[in-house]
Amino acid sequence: MAEYRLEMRGVSKSFPGVKALDKVNLKVRPGTVHALMGENGAGKSTLMKCLFGIYHMDEGEIYVDGEKVTISNPDEALHKGLAMVHQELQPIPARTIAENMYLGRYPVKKYGPLQVIDHKTMNREAKKWLEDVKMPFDPKSKLGDLSISQMQSVEIAKAVSQEARLIILDEPTSSLTDNEVEALFKIVRDLRDRGVSFVFISHKMAELRRISDDITIMRDGTYVGTWEMKNISDDEIVKQMVGRELTNIYPPLDNEPGDVLLEVNNFTSIHDKSFKDCSFKLRKGEILGFGGLVGAQRTELMEAIFGIRHTVSGEVKLNGKTLHIKSPKDAISNGIGMITEDRRGSGIFGCLSIADNVSIASLNQYLEGGIKLNKGKIEELVQENVAKLSIKTPDSKTLIQALSGGNQQKVIISRWLANNPDVLIMDEPTRGIDVGAKYEIYQIMIALAKQGKGIIMISSEMPELLGVSNRVMVMCNGRITGELADEEATQENVMRYATQF
Amino acid sequence: MEKTKKVDIKNLLINNGIIVLLAVLVVYVSITVPAFRSGRNIMNLAINAAPRVIIALGVSGCLITKGTDLSAGRAVGLAGCLAGLMLQKPDAAGKLWPNFPVLHIGLVLLIVIAICALFGFINGIVISYLQVPAFIGTLGMQLIVYGIMLVITGAVPIGNLRQDFITVTQGTVGPISYQFFYLIIAAAIFWFIYNYTRHGKYMYAIGGNETAAEVSGVNTKKTKIIIYTSAAVMYAIAGFLLMGKSGGGGVNLGQGYELEAIAACTIGGVSVNGGIGKVSGVIIGVAVFELLKSALQFLGVDSNYQYIAQGIVIVVAIALDIRKYIAKK
Repeated sequence: MAEYRLEMRGVSKSFPGVKALDKVNLKVRPGTVHALMGENGAGKSTLMKCLFGIYHMDEGEIYVDGEKVTISNPDEALHKGLAMVHQELQPIPARTIAENMYLGRYPVKKYGPLQVIDHKTMNREAKKWLEDVKMPFDPKSKLGDLSISQMQSVEIAKAVSQEARLIILDEPTSSLTDNEVEALFKIVRDLRDRGVSFVFISHKMAELRRISDDITIMRDGTYVGTWEMKNISDDEIVKQMVGRELTNIYPPLDNEPGDVLLEVNNFTSIHDKSFKDCSFKLRKGEILGFGGLVGAQRTELMEAIFGIRHTVSGEVKLNGKTLHIKSPKDAISNGIGMITEDRRGSGIFGCLSIADNVSIASLNQYLEGGIKLNKGKIEELVQENVAKLSIKTPDSKTLIQALSGGNQQKVIISRWLANNPDVLIMDEPTRGIDVGAKYEIYQIMIALAKQGKGIIMISSEMPELLGVSNRVMVMCNGRITGELADEEATQENVMRYATQF
Repeated sequence: MEKTKKVDIKNLLINNGIIVLLAVLVVYVSITVPAFRSGRNIMNLAINAAPRVIIALGVSGCLITKGTDLSAGRAVGLAGCLAGLMLQKPDAAGKLWPNFPVLHIGLVLLIVIAICALFGFINGIVISYLQVPAFIGTLGMQLIVYGIMLVITGAVPIGNLRQDFITVTQGTVGPISYQFFYLIIAAAIFWFIYNYTRHGKYMYAIGGNETAAEVSGVNTKKTKIIIYTSAAVMYAIAGFLLMGKSGGGGVNLGQGYELEAIAACTIGGVSVNGGIGKVSGVIIGVAVFELLKSALQFLGVDSNYQYIAQGIVIVVAIALDIRKYIAKK
């Protein structure tokens, strides 16, 4: 048996103007889980795309079980025993589990020249493979009825059914609850013990430590090194990833909360399974964290306050005055801003310039004679924000899609600052952003709080939630279950309230 | 470095393939058929282009917001017929509306605009509030408008138009037709709206990411209603100009113009994926289309074959547009 299930040697790839990969190595032993870590933009995805032939690498070699291979598309990779479970699954929800698993390779029965899909065989086989990964779903049920984690399991079962010997999991736990992560890890461990190798791409250190045998770290498109997981500490991993010692992950929280600014009373959704009877207060100059498991309905509650979702009851008071918010427009004109969780889906305008992205929510301020927009003033606003938030961009005409995630997020923050809101709701403000940019966003949040603004931050990252909030509200299953301040705000307490079903 | 430059030029040529091809064709025809580059033909082109640019400007807003407007052509026809009916000579034989009073031509234009705007407004309501896909909603409107037009005119052609109508639409300043000035004014107004108003910015934002626009406080429904209504206003003006220009017409006036307009927009870089498109592009798109038609005419190509050529140009143009989008991924 070859020493490595997969070996990528000296892989380089350039795009016009950027060297995305520079002589990167990846060596995965058989029957192991191999963590692949690096900041965003470190080149992990590019490396995987080279492996699956989606990109042609400029130089480098790939060996599978010691045998040199060339792969020019994902289908060929599959034949070599390599499969990938994507971060964003691309299933066909309206079709059955079995049909999704056998898409493109349906078993057929032949009636003379006529080929008919053999549903019986397909469902039987699918059932067998699903049971093989301890996921006893009915293969005839609709895929769309499953949760995301269950769909992932189906993807893994599909990979196994195709005799994959190496499965790449790209951020598989990003939208899973802790229980679902456990279930996934069980499948992964089980398959690993049967000789399947995994490459596990994730930002979550604690999870990687539990599941991985080896770790490869990348930084800025270069190969930093490979270690056995047990031989490297968390601090060392972070140090290798960012290439510098992180002395202080969170800036000092030296803002001082004042009087009550926002009061939310008895918010209840029109949907039974969503938020119920939620009440809380936000103070001036305060960063109020909202913790909880995925599915705790934190986003839904905030979107309702912002006028995106509907409620059957509830009242919002800002500075003692009751607001009537029916749409985001109402919320904005009353001094509330919201940075949504899904930056690409409901945040940025990809095909528009930075200037347009910054100014879109505050165009009323730049009208001349009620009609004409003053472009000079808009440019001033943009330049001021580019400087204040140190947005890295060639100029204000650059399309926002050309920027990194962190800079895109700063542009969206600028959009709200332009409106000078009293309350800013930030839903997972640092999701998908690299360490350096995260720190800058924390600094911006604290600076805003110091100006007397109230900030609500939903965060699913426990350290961030505890590190950047003055006070933490915890939600579970649509209800606010706890309020934690000062020394009470510990991981254990958050977790305790977050699981109070 | 050399190499990447070459690739860029190649890409540039492919992305603008239609325009490059047309340029070659135009140069060829100009050399072989001198009449093609005569002042008269160029002015003719401008006159033909004017209503088409005006229609395409209207449609461009719908396209930029990821919609479309298939009722454009029929709305143009309805506007033309209504204008014709109201502006027939009082003493014309067989006058369709014999008892219709003699109204000022400006008032007639306003009436026509108001009627078309109502249909555009309904389009906007159906698309934004009832969330019917623009393709289906405006397809329905296309049939409705055509039916109304048949009912009103009884499918009888309208002629014998008043002299002031003819003057307004066929008049010239020196060698330059009034129609050319209308084109310039319409383009200037749209350029201003698209670049210097909230409405323009909101339009691009909706096309770029409708959810994000809503979250940013953009009233997306209102914006769309304005877009479809103002588009219909443009169809009304175009129909008015077309009727006067041809000195008469019937229910087939404007037929198929919506597709020509959509094609012209696409050739001019208005992306079918939304969020992208400029007024200058729309004008270039229409110009390319008109040049193609004229060049083929001068080459003596049978008009039946011209349809085939136009069809190919539309498909290739959209394929090239999509190609740009794919390359970006």
